[in-house]
Amino acid sequence: MSIFDLIRFKNKNSATTAKERLQIVVSHQRSEQNQQPDFLPHLHKELVEVVSKYTDIDKEQIQVELQNEGDFSVLELNITLPSTADLT
Amino acid sequence: MNNAKVIVVTSGKGGVGKTTSTAAIGAELARRGHKTVVVDFDVGLRNLDLVMGCERRVIYDFINVVNDEATLSQALIKDKREPNLYILPASQTRNKDALTQEGVERIIDALKAEFKFIICDSPAGIERGALMALYFAEEAIIVTNPEVSSVRDSDRIIGVLNSESKLAKEGKEVKKHLLITRYSPDRVKRGEMLSIDDIQEILATELLGIIPESQAVLSASNQGVPVTLNDESDARVSYRNAVSKLLGEASDVQIPGTSKGWGFLKNIRLFKGETV
Repeated sequence: MSIFDLIRFKNKNSATTAKERLQIVVSHQRSEQNQQPDFLPHLHKELVEVVSKYTDIDKEQIQVELQNEGDFSVLELNITLPSTADLT
Repeated sequence: MNNAKVIVVTSGKGGVGKTTSTAAIGAELARRGHKTVVVDFDVGLRNLDLVMGCERRVIYDFINVVNDEATLSQALIKDKREPNLYILPASQTRNKDALTQEGVERIIDALKAEFKFIICDSPAGIERGALMALYFAEEAIIVTNPEVSSVRDSDRIIGVLNSESKLAKEGKEVKKHLLITRYSPDRVKRGEMLSIDDIQEILATELLGIIPESQAVLSASNQGVPVTLNDESDARVSYRNAVSKLLGEASDVQIPGTSKGWGFLKNIRLFKGETV
């Protein structure tokens, strides 16, 4: 640490820099975590309608999940049908 | 016990003081008369036994119990100092894939019947071991150093708690507490370190306690004694205050003060220390 560093230190507070950098990186991180396309609730609603047209299904039994895996996303549909006796 | 509480000590980042804090908080809860177990989830890299000073008494571990190779009571180690304190060590020879959700749930449920507090020491990262440690937690202690990478990782683990925990999947929320460790009031005063306000502004999590950077922490782990059961020290005071807050017996968090003395000389010492 030179004498110049000591002088510069007075002007530029490193804790302030840390805070500013963190605020940016954290807000970016949070927006990535909450990434969910707008169509997902609609898709879910329409799926429930279509499936319940043909089967007597509880709408809780249809799950739609989008998972981000690096470069691509996986849309996972999970539909639990009632027992085969009820399908006829 | 039907009012048992499962608390995970987590951070995302490694080396910030999760194991030290688990030992200190668990031991202090026990010292105050609450039947407590500290559980090591760091399968393959166990260390809670060392910090607790019972490394030579480990015979069976968490994974042995998951695999029905030992009973829970065979694997639990009773602390020799505090009658209310127990430790469940992690396996050193297995890896984290040995932790199944069903197995962990079975053990947590069994512990809930025996203990008031179940303190889960999470491994670093956000992979299987860390996810299993936090999955069944009702409360979380987020250990954070006043340093950029630790704060960022804490924010990440808060996101994981909000999406991957059992409570989150049930549409509920894990109660989160922020524990700031390795805090140096002198450096904050000089503008060299993030302040408590800075960290809280970014993480927006209720503060549980502030543990100052302290020689007492290394000294305690050297001896295998939890900081709260060791000799009087600044860190011991801070951890005990944090436990009072956790128990709802105190509402304020005490901020460690700057060191007193002749500032000019102190700076010279620090100057020399940093250039080495």
